[in-house]
Amino acid sequence: MSVRHIASLIAAAACLALPVLAAPVAIVGGNVWTGTSQGTIPSGIVVIDEGRVVSVSKAGSPVPLEATVIDATGKWVSPGFISAFSRTGIVEVDAEDATDDTSASGSDYSVALDAADGFNPDSTAVAVTRVEGVTRIVVAPEASSNLFAGQGFVADTSGGVDTEISRKAFLLISLGDHGAALAGGSRPAAWAQFRAALDDAGAYPARYFTGNDGTALGRVDAEALGPAARGEQLILIEAHKASDLNAIMDFAAANPGLKIAIVGADEGWRVAPRLARSGIPVIVDAFSNLPASFEQLGATAENASRMMDAGVTIAISHLGDSSHQARLAIQVAGNAVANGMSHDDAMKALTTAPAEIFGLQGLGVIGPGARADIVVWDGDPLEITSNPDVVMIDGDVQSLTTRQTELRDRYLKLDESTRPLAYVKP
Amino acid sequence: MNRISLAGLSCLALILAACGGSDKADSKDKITVPKDPFPSTYAPYPNPSVFIANATIIDGTGALIEQGGLLIENGKVSAIGKDLSAPGDAKVIDAAGRWVTPGIIDNHSHLGVYPSPGVSAHGDGNEISGPVTAEVWSEHGIWPQDPGFTRALAGGITSLQVLPGSANLFGGRGVTLKNVPSRTVQGMKFPGAPYTLKMACGENPKRVYGYGSGNYPGGSPYSRMGNVAGYRESWIRAADYKRKWEKYEKEGGDAPMRDLELDTLKGVLDGDILVHMHCYRADEMAQVIDISKEFGYKVTAFHHAVESYKIADKLAEYGACSSMWADWWGFKMEAYDGIKENIPMVHKAGACAIVHSDSDIGIQRLNQEAAKAWADGKKIGINIPEEEAWQWLSLNPAKSLGIDGKTGSLVPGKMADVVVWSGNPFSVYTKADQVFVDGALMYDRSDAANRPVMDFELGQPGEGDLK
Repeated sequence: MSVRHIASLIAAAACLALPVLAAPVAIVGGNVWTGTSQGTIPSGIVVIDEGRVVSVSKAGSPVPLEATVIDATGKWVSPGFISAFSRTGIVEVDAEDATDDTSASGSDYSVALDAADGFNPDSTAVAVTRVEGVTRIVVAPEASSNLFAGQGFVADTSGGVDTEISRKAFLLISLGDHGAALAGGSRPAAWAQFRAALDDAGAYPARYFTGNDGTALGRVDAEALGPAARGEQLILIEAHKASDLNAIMDFAAANPGLKIAIVGADEGWRVAPRLARSGIPVIVDAFSNLPASFEQLGATAENASRMMDAGVTIAISHLGDSSHQARLAIQVAGNAVANGMSHDDAMKALTTAPAEIFGLQGLGVIGPGARADIVVWDGDPLEITSNPDVVMIDGDVQSLTTRQTELRDRYLKLDESTRPLAYVKP
Repeated sequence: MNRISLAGLSCLALILAACGGSDKADSKDKITVPKDPFPSTYAPYPNPSVFIANATIIDGTGALIEQGGLLIENGKVSAIGKDLSAPGDAKVIDAAGRWVTPGIIDNHSHLGVYPSPGVSAHGDGNEISGPVTAEVWSEHGIWPQDPGFTRALAGGITSLQVLPGSANLFGGRGVTLKNVPSRTVQGMKFPGAPYTLKMACGENPKRVYGYGSGNYPGGSPYSRMGNVAGYRESWIRAADYKRKWEKYEKEGGDAPMRDLELDTLKGVLDGDILVHMHCYRADEMAQVIDISKEFGYKVTAFHHAVESYKIADKLAEYGACSSMWADWWGFKMEAYDGIKENIPMVHKAGACAIVHSDSDIGIQRLNQEAAKAWADGKKIGINIPEEEAWQWLSLNPAKSLGIDGKTGSLVPGKMADVVVWSGNPFSVYTKADQVFVDGALMYDRSDAANRPVMDFELGQPGEGDLK
């Protein structure tokens, strides 16, 4: 058995981009949160080969002789976290329009806008998010010309040119205050636009052959709405107010073939039992506890835990600054625990729940056959004082270097006695 | 009585000044610029003696006391240490397994001036009518019914500075509040706290004025050059104003015409008003330091200070605090170089480090923000004891607000602004159980009777809920 100490792996991670580990890898001795029926395994052994988890077992189980060993004694091991809602990688600097591909208020199109066309795996935010233990990002465009934001995608955070991107993973629409304003000024206008658009999608392509335009959508957008209108694509709806959530559930009940999830839902706790019965999952930000608007009057930090207790499928995200600070989803999850959620449920809200909502096969768990997105932490992953020591995507150990760590390392010693700091290249 | 008569005098002075009237009467009739025309009416609420026993205490000066006791009498810290026992009349709180710290002081908040709900009618934090609005005061824009104050209280905030926004080169006066609900702003004002002046560097002023309202060109400043010229021109006028008043005070004659804008700037030059300056980039902070030397004032704290780590040595030498986030970055170019280790790197250089929020969400968990920065420092070998790091949350912000003689640490004689935490406040799972302001229990997580509800939330969904 070739044994390498974890420190050398970390050093390798720091020096090399995406070192490929040819041999199987065994992560040994960590407190393994699996996200499966195996629960949490103290001093567990996770064996990885060819980008997949081969086995997850208790202490003392055999480790393949040829495996490279990562010693995780005293550490935690978790699936890579999934940022359930972000704008990571589609905007570099929010205030600089040229770097911002989140929205396009001047576009003739809406449903057809595909956020993946704007994704830049080299964006500094991708690496900054990765080194916090987030291995997959769900990325959404932002509604700007009407209530349809467009097509969202899921990507890994490797940052490489071969980044895996699952395009058109969902369609995002805004209801509530934002959607109402975009649709012409009211909730009735938003619902009318939404229903008319679904009619247009149903009438595509026949109606458009005749040269007619749709009621709400042009040809390109009507075509793009097809998969969602046929129930083949997830429709993710932004809304907060209890009455809006009820309206969404009424709509879902009348259109049982559609796949619907909700993002936001600050007043979700008020309709939690019905949400649970409807089977509509919710992506929530447990920081949100202020009456920030008249659609969030009932916001409470206990929202996530109350919905979870009612049986709603809950993913946790940081909806505040979702471009650069999607990483804070982990702190948000910790706060959900401080406000009533169990640790296990909060972990699920960062792993299995988003995987389920977005249909990410083999992600969000550490189990035989799962994709090896795995993080080794120096402590409880949800604790704010913890940090990842190893981040693995599909079995590849990732670099923990970012533009931020390079800046930090350049300025650690403010000594310019011999040369300017511009000559310090970390 | 005293306050009323003083206020009356102030009005007289204002009327006389406004009329341009004055005479060569002797000094007792001289016109003066009122320093406190909106005086604090805050007084501590009734506070029985409290003895907090068996606690892990961070005293705020950098010391940790295990199994310690804290005695609060007459709203003040009366005794702190090991082997203390409760006087017979004190209410005893057994804090076994819990932690006690000084109340958190956020020196960068817009609660009240950008309250919840964030509707257009509530935007009272930026007087963007011009790049120099030193004449406006944040306290005149504060809505004391902002529910955000109650959320901050639940996060252990006992004092805070409410600042005008950063649209302007000179944004106006900031005010320091006790975080107690009140019908009036005056009922929240921290007694005796000096006024502050909000200034801003960089992108915001030039964007708002040069490129504002969709019109380009708008007006000055268009550039960082214009920013600096704007500061210097104003200080030149302020220096002139100050000379005129000093001449009048010395020689009599006609009193200068009162100028609200220059009153504030003169207050800075007189050393009565503390400068708090929004500045992200290291090179800009260095420029501002030179401007302050040119005109003979001091920048007390740079706010946001995202690049302080690049010039931490210079900031330590000059003696300015940096009010920082743990990890905000990237939302604009001047925030692009933000790093997670800014706070510990500034601290390590011997400069004054402060954790601030600038956020109605962030203010609720500044202990967590400090914890993140503390851990990120530790990860790269900057080992700062937790009890020393707590100075980022209480004593250092108190210094930056000129109230460190009264609060910010648990030293006998100081205000009993105290938080009892459910555990180690450097953990995400820890919550403020009880919050005392001047020894009065203003928040108790486990007792709805001791959780304030603002007017706005009455009769609304979730009224009185745990938030």
